This record gives sequence, C-alpha cells and structure tokens, in this order.
Amino acid sequence: MVEFALPKNSKITGGKTWPKPAGATETREFKVYRWNPDDGKNPGIDTYHIDINDCGPMVLDGLIWIKNHIDPTLTFRRSCREGVCGSCAMNIDGQNTLACTKSMHDVKDGAVKVNPLPHQPVVKDLVPDLTNFYAQYASIEPWLKTTTPTPQKEWRQSHEDREKLDGLYECILCACCSTSCPSYWWNSDRFLGPAALLQATRWVKDSRDEATGERLDNLEDPFRLYRCHTIMNCAKACPKGLNPSEAIAELKLKLVERQI
Amino acid sequence: MSVPKSPSMRTPLARVRSLGSSHSGTSDFWRQRLTAVAMTVLIVPVIVVVLMLIGSNQAGAKQIFSSLPIAIIMLLFIVASAWHMKIGMQVVIEDYVHNEKIKLASVMANNFFCIAVALASIYAILKMSSGV
Repeated sequence: MVEFALPKNSKITGGKTWPKPAGATETREFKVYRWNPDDGKNPGIDTYHIDINDCGPMVLDGLIWIKNHIDPTLTFRRSCREGVCGSCAMNIDGQNTLACTKSMHDVKDGAVKVNPLPHQPVVKDLVPDLTNFYAQYASIEPWLKTTTPTPQKEWRQSHEDREKLDGLYECILCACCSTSCPSYWWNSDRFLGPAALLQATRWVKDSRDEATGERLDNLEDPFRLYRCHTIMNCAKACPKGLNPSEAIAELKLKLVERQI
Repeated sequence: MSVPKSPSMRTPLARVRSLGSSHSGTSDFWRQRLTAVAMTVLIVPVIVVVLMLIGSNQAGAKQIFSSLPIAIIMLLFIVASAWHMKIGMQVVIEDYVHNEKIKLASVMANNFFCIAVALASIYAILKMSSGV
C-alpha cells in the first residue's frame, strides 16, 4: 500500500531554539526543518528570530540572514533571488513556493514555517533530492525533433502558433507543482508529474516539431499520464501562475482526438 | 515517493523509462467520461421510475417494468453505472495498491464484482419486464 506515515527515521522530533539577536527591536520567528545525514538523528524544527530591520522582506532574505548571523550550517539552495531560476523552491507556511518571491509579511499568523518540498528524499535541511524529477523531464525529450533537413535559416513559426506556447514555456522547473500533487506523492516512480507533463505539452503543441505522434505515444499510459486526477494543487502551487492541470487536459484531449 | 529496498545501479532515466509506455489508458479515460454523461442524462428518468415504485407491490413493479422504454432506460443505467464503477475502482486500486500481486488480484476481483453486479441487475430487470 501507499505509505501514509513517515518512516521512523523521518519523524520530526524536537529541535533547537536559538537565542534572539541582541539589540534587535523588531524580530520575526522562523521555524525551519533541519536534518543532517551525518549525525544519525531524526529531523527537527529549529526556531530562529531574525531582526526584520536588518533584513530584506522575502523569506529567502530571512534564511540568508539566519545563515549569515545565527547558524552557518543551515543548508538551502538559492541562486537568482528573483523567481527565475527555481532553486529556492520549498514549502513555506504549508504551500510550495519560491522563497525569493514569497514575502515573509504575507505569512500572517505566528512563525514563518519553512520545510523542504514534500515527499522527496532530503539531501540536507531544505535541499530535496530531485534526481527522479529531472530524469522525468529528460524522459519527455524536451528538444525540437525533426526529420526534415534543418533549414539554412531558422525553423519558421507563425505568430499564432508561437502564441500557443504561452503559459507553457515560462515553466522554470522548480518542482513546486509536482511535489504538491498527491498523485505524484503516491506514484512518482511511474507518474511523470505536472511539471514534466506541462513541458511535454509545450513540445506537443510546438508547430515546428515533427514528432507529435511519437511524443503522444510515449505519454499514453495509465501511469505516466492518466494518474492526473485534476486535483489542481499544481495550479495553486505554481509560483509563475501557470496551469499544468490544463496542459495535461490538453494532452488527454489530443489522445482522444486521434482515437475518435 | 517509494524508495527501493536496496540501492539500484540503474540510471535515473532507465528507472523512469522502465518498461516503456503501455499505449493504453485513453479508452478507459474516454469510457469513464462517456458513462458519466450517460448517467447524468439517465438519472432523471431513473429517479422518476424509483418514485413510481414507492408503495407498489411486486405485481405493480412488474407492470411498471413491462414498459419497454422503462426497461431499456434501467438496463442502460445499470450498464453505464457498472462500467463506470469498474473503471473508477480500478483507478483507486492503481493509485494506492503498490504490491504487484495484490494489485493484480484486486483488479481481477473488481472486474468479477462489477460484472456480477451488472449481470444480476440485468437479469432482475429482464425478469420483471417479462412478467415472470
């Protein structure tokens, strides 16, 4: 059966409360998931207080402030700090999102709770192991596939056909959507998940691509595609405002269309 | 995600590709929608028939079922709902049962159960409508 409970060694037990910063007049409490693969202990939730007058407004600013001023061992991914790279995807206040675009002031009550993306193996602290997620992306072969000899100039595309890729090409592969999907939690070994399927739709709909049928063949599977039950957590979680659920529905429609 | 018992030496891409696509699922997806629409339409006359049956004895029920349109509507409703039930339950089994042997046995039992329910209902409707 599906595992509904965390394994024994993944259960959260305890955590350290770090002292408030000296001289700070206004602080904000952060409760952050901590797990170190090297110390053999269960994960815990550490409590930090940041000086909000010395810190930027975003949750990522808070985490960087903690790393710089309180605890240099806190581990998390970050790069662009402006919602373009997708590195700092994590679960903040119960919602998967990007720490760099989520304001800590939008978390209304109590502490800012920060956890790694759900239901993925944890490498350390807030860093999930996304190996399977990236392999699923690779499996949809996200590049232009053609048989016609490459033209001397560019592959041409009408403005109308280019517009069909809007709402798809903007995906930054942060994994917020896939890791928010219960169907992906239970079957991520076989279900490709909303992110890979949204990208698959992007290539199926590309007017320049000559492998549309082959792409649909590879997706037509009760697990790869049809584990999507239109729960729509993906659309709610997407920090770029995309709708993977709608993209997956388009794939299903295309498969019905070629059959009927 | 399900974690393998022992570390696999297969590459992540090989694990994702696994046995490849089964090239199926679309028929079930389409039939589930087809039966859902059919039941949405048929539920209105079915409710009317059920209301007509309230308070009537077996002879009265036989008289109601002897009408050809009523018998056909009831038969269509049974076929659509049993089919829908079979597909829906199979999806639930595939979602949550991960042990391959238990999964196969559950899918098989689900098929048998839905066919048995459908056949028993069809037999009852035909028996009533033929006045036996």
